[in-house]
Amino acid sequence: MSGLYFGTLAVLMLAAFFAVRSRAQALANVAAAPGMRDVRYSLHSLPIYHGLLAATLVLLPMLIVFAVGSPIVIKMAETQALARLPAEVVSDELSRGAALRDLYNILTGKFQGEASAQLKGAAEALRSATSYGNWIVFAIGVALAAAALFFSIGHVSSDFRARNSFERIVKMVLFACATVAVLTTIGIVFSVLYETLRFFFDPALKGRPTVTDFLFGTEWNPQAALRADQGDIKTAFGFIPLLTGTLLITLIAICVAGPLGLLSAIYLAEYATPSFRAWAKPVLEILAGIPTVVLGFFAALTVAPLIRGWGESFGLDIASESALAAGLVMGMMIIPFISSLSDDVINAVPQSMRDGAYALGATKSETIKQVILPAALPGIVSAFMLAISRAIGETMIVVMAAGLAANLTFNPLDAVTTITVQIKTILVGDQEFDSAKTLAAFALGFVLFFFTLILNVIALIIVRRYREQYD
Amino acid sequence: MTDISMSQPSGSYTVNRKFDITSAEAQGRIRSRYRAEARFKSYGLLALGITSVFVVILLADVFVRGLPAFWQHRLVLDVPVAADAFGAPGSVDAAAIRGGDYYPVTKAALAKAIPGIESRSAERQLNRLLSTGAPDILRETLVADPSLIGKTVKVPLLLSDDADLYFKGAGSKIVSRVPRGIATPSGVTGEVTVLTASNDFADELATIKRALSVRAGGVEREAGRLQRSPDKANQARAVELLEVAKALRARAEQPRGEEPLDADIPSVLVEINGGLVKATKLSDSAITGEVLLPLKSADEAKPANWKIVTYVTPEANRKVNDQEAAFLERLRSLGVVESGFNWRFFTSGDSREPELAGIRGALVGTALTLLVTLALCLPLGVGAAVYLEEFAPKNRLTDLVEVNINNLAAVPSIVFGLLGLAVFLNFFGLPRSAPLVGGLVLALLVLPTIIIASRAALRSVPPSIKEAALGVGASHQQAIFHHVLPLAMPGIMTGTIIGMAHALGETAPLLMIGMIAFIVDVPQSFVESATVMPVQIYLWSDLPEQAFQAKTAAAIIVLLGFLFVMNGLAIWLRKRFERRW
Repeated sequence: MSGLYFGTLAVLMLAAFFAVRSRAQALANVAAAPGMRDVRYSLHSLPIYHGLLAATLVLLPMLIVFAVGSPIVIKMAETQALARLPAEVVSDELSRGAALRDLYNILTGKFQGEASAQLKGAAEALRSATSYGNWIVFAIGVALAAAALFFSIGHVSSDFRARNSFERIVKMVLFACATVAVLTTIGIVFSVLYETLRFFFDPALKGRPTVTDFLFGTEWNPQAALRADQGDIKTAFGFIPLLTGTLLITLIAICVAGPLGLLSAIYLAEYATPSFRAWAKPVLEILAGIPTVVLGFFAALTVAPLIRGWGESFGLDIASESALAAGLVMGMMIIPFISSLSDDVINAVPQSMRDGAYALGATKSETIKQVILPAALPGIVSAFMLAISRAIGETMIVVMAAGLAANLTFNPLDAVTTITVQIKTILVGDQEFDSAKTLAAFALGFVLFFFTLILNVIALIIVRRYREQYD
Repeated sequence: MTDISMSQPSGSYTVNRKFDITSAEAQGRIRSRYRAEARFKSYGLLALGITSVFVVILLADVFVRGLPAFWQHRLVLDVPVAADAFGAPGSVDAAAIRGGDYYPVTKAALAKAIPGIESRSAERQLNRLLSTGAPDILRETLVADPSLIGKTVKVPLLLSDDADLYFKGAGSKIVSRVPRGIATPSGVTGEVTVLTASNDFADELATIKRALSVRAGGVEREAGRLQRSPDKANQARAVELLEVAKALRARAEQPRGEEPLDADIPSVLVEINGGLVKATKLSDSAITGEVLLPLKSADEAKPANWKIVTYVTPEANRKVNDQEAAFLERLRSLGVVESGFNWRFFTSGDSREPELAGIRGALVGTALTLLVTLALCLPLGVGAAVYLEEFAPKNRLTDLVEVNINNLAAVPSIVFGLLGLAVFLNFFGLPRSAPLVGGLVLALLVLPTIIIASRAALRSVPPSIKEAALGVGASHQQAIFHHVLPLAMPGIMTGTIIGMAHALGETAPLLMIGMIAFIVDVPQSFVESATVMPVQIYLWSDLPEQAFQAKTAAAIIVLLGFLFVMNGLAIWLRKRFERRW
């Protein structure tokens, strides 16, 4: 049905475009004819704009009718079909969904086994109501399009400002494009916030914790919530072990990436010859382009066993999913991030400051340490903050290399778990959407989102406040 | 540092500063400053060196693990296909060929290659060497060419993952040695004793005694560690272990006598009269053991006609046991093992059997997902960039949109997955695991990247172009769409390709919307269940089978190949079309 609808839409658009354009062209030809060269008769807009406007006027109403109409049709058809089934079958949401699935399976011929006559009747009702409604939608759409077509043809005249109208529509479309990014943010905030509020305050939810329990609890065990009748379930959602685990891995990562990234950036910006830069930059770019799932594979299968082996040879007992392995590889992941941002900042320090330091007799390293780094400090700090926020939000490396057990420890040789690992673990696989466990993942997502948002905002503020205007 | 002399008479104001840069002290200071300089410079170089070494190790590790998975071992066996199974001769039914059970056929072919296996468990082990997909290969061959029915077909049959790994070197080092004495087996099958005239097994016995004493040392160390632990149970266990170690030492130190063999020490086998005997008990001049490959006769064998074979890696440390290794070695010596490029890896979907699993499904899923992403985020991104760069009034709202886009670029990707789960799946009721939803989520994820890159590209076009267009009477939009945008297109394309490469490697948000299901079939549409390359890599990396590790690495190589091509394309575009104004 939608194929027919959009086929008709395309045909009508093309018809409108060509009909209106040729009509406008005819007017233009008349105005340009010998003996008629009078500016009063020439078109205000080019014929193509008349055509484009007409096509747009056909497109918009048909799109809107479809977008509004088809969900309504589906809803009404389903209501009608369900009304034909006995009341006990459609008493609650869950069985209604199951019944609808059965009906659709009958219609597509995928129904397993023999359907009852009642079910078949309902399926037939669903089919006829859907097709009836679709035809109505089709009729309305085509009628509006035809109206737009005739309106456009009637409006072709020398002083009709088709271009201005078309450009106004284009501008609105462009504005709509720009708002998608804002809508995404709003969507993120609301979807996560809504589920989080349900997690804390929905009275229908069994085993939900209080906000204090969540923020300051030291035990994380979402599985316990499944057995609501057993034991003290409120301690199951303590957020602290996840926080310490995340911070521990992030700290290791920054300890690796901070010095390496910053020193690389300094060397590339201040010492490296152009040919050396041309060789070293791609290495960092390759590292930046490696998907995190690949780094996770490397961390889990190569780095973790290696660290474990080393530990054993020193008599240390290292968990096979130690925080150290995940942190090291994550540090490697954010090196290019820190180095490229710092590189930009260092390059932005004006040459005159370097020249001044050299003129005073400072060596290159003294210039870097005492002049360039202080001048570039705000930028470098914001680079570190962005790197931290990236490390906190990183998922695949920790999913593959860090553990699941929520240990409250600062020992890098132990297994810890992170916020992202828990979100992934809870939400992958079978989930019932109304359990505290599932909603806990959204609460974690909320915390993660705001954590990183605050880091990013602080980074932005630091840059804005401390950016010294040199030139 | 400065020697300020105030001895001058006042009046003429001169301060006699002496900078004696030739003094030994000053020279020393300069040297130390230069040393600090060199040190600082070398730190930078070291940092870059460590990073490069890491990249090289990472790539080398992936390639070393993954490359073997592009090759596969097959058994080229003569398979007799009886015609009567498919209806009357001459009129072969296509449906019967398709529906035929080919397992007995391949089983028979294998039994023909290695005849004389009587024990049920040996027979089972022999049949396990072939992949469970091997009969399907025969089926495909016959469906493609029904005229082969009734003939003996030479078909390359896929080996199981363990057998494949064995031929790729995951088996054991095999040492064989020609003995001096004449050997006599006591039988041809079952439990057999092989006696030699001289002390031919003395070397093997010594090796095994050494292995025993090494093992005793290991047990003693373990016991020592347990003794130090405060736990009572551990200490009791340590005492037990010490007893075990003592027994092992006693066995190791006893110079002669029969020694039982087990799976924790190298296996000793005797190849005699066309068969193979695995020793379970060993003394200087005799072995007792089970027959792995049946002997042709129980005649005595001259030294040149029999051999002592040692599988150096203990059986417990290998995937392939001695019986299977014996079969595989026999097959290898028959010359029916063939190695070929693993096309199946690119032409089949996922499977629970490593030797059958391929990435076709994931590749198609990736293509469908990225198609949706591209179709959405290119127009949206360019539209948003044009609006913000050219039409947006400079006010607080625009400012907010800008800040918002920059922040969105730094939001963790898993949060986009939560958005997809809550909005697209639960609110709009779109299908789980579908490329459509995956593409939507990835589009939102890379949208900020593309907007930022497009805006930079638009900004790099000099204003004179637009002004010239306006000057000859173009409208604002005509100036932008006819002149500025085409000139910014290479930059926009570069940004888009980099954004798509980012989307190609993204895993976490797709896990959230359920693209993690085990899917055998290659997806055909945007709303079917599918998986993508990075998720396939994640799924395989989690599986316990060793062969899947190589598959994972091979899939990573393919993924990195695509990323390499995409980034190369972006660099080429930039180099080819970049204009300096």
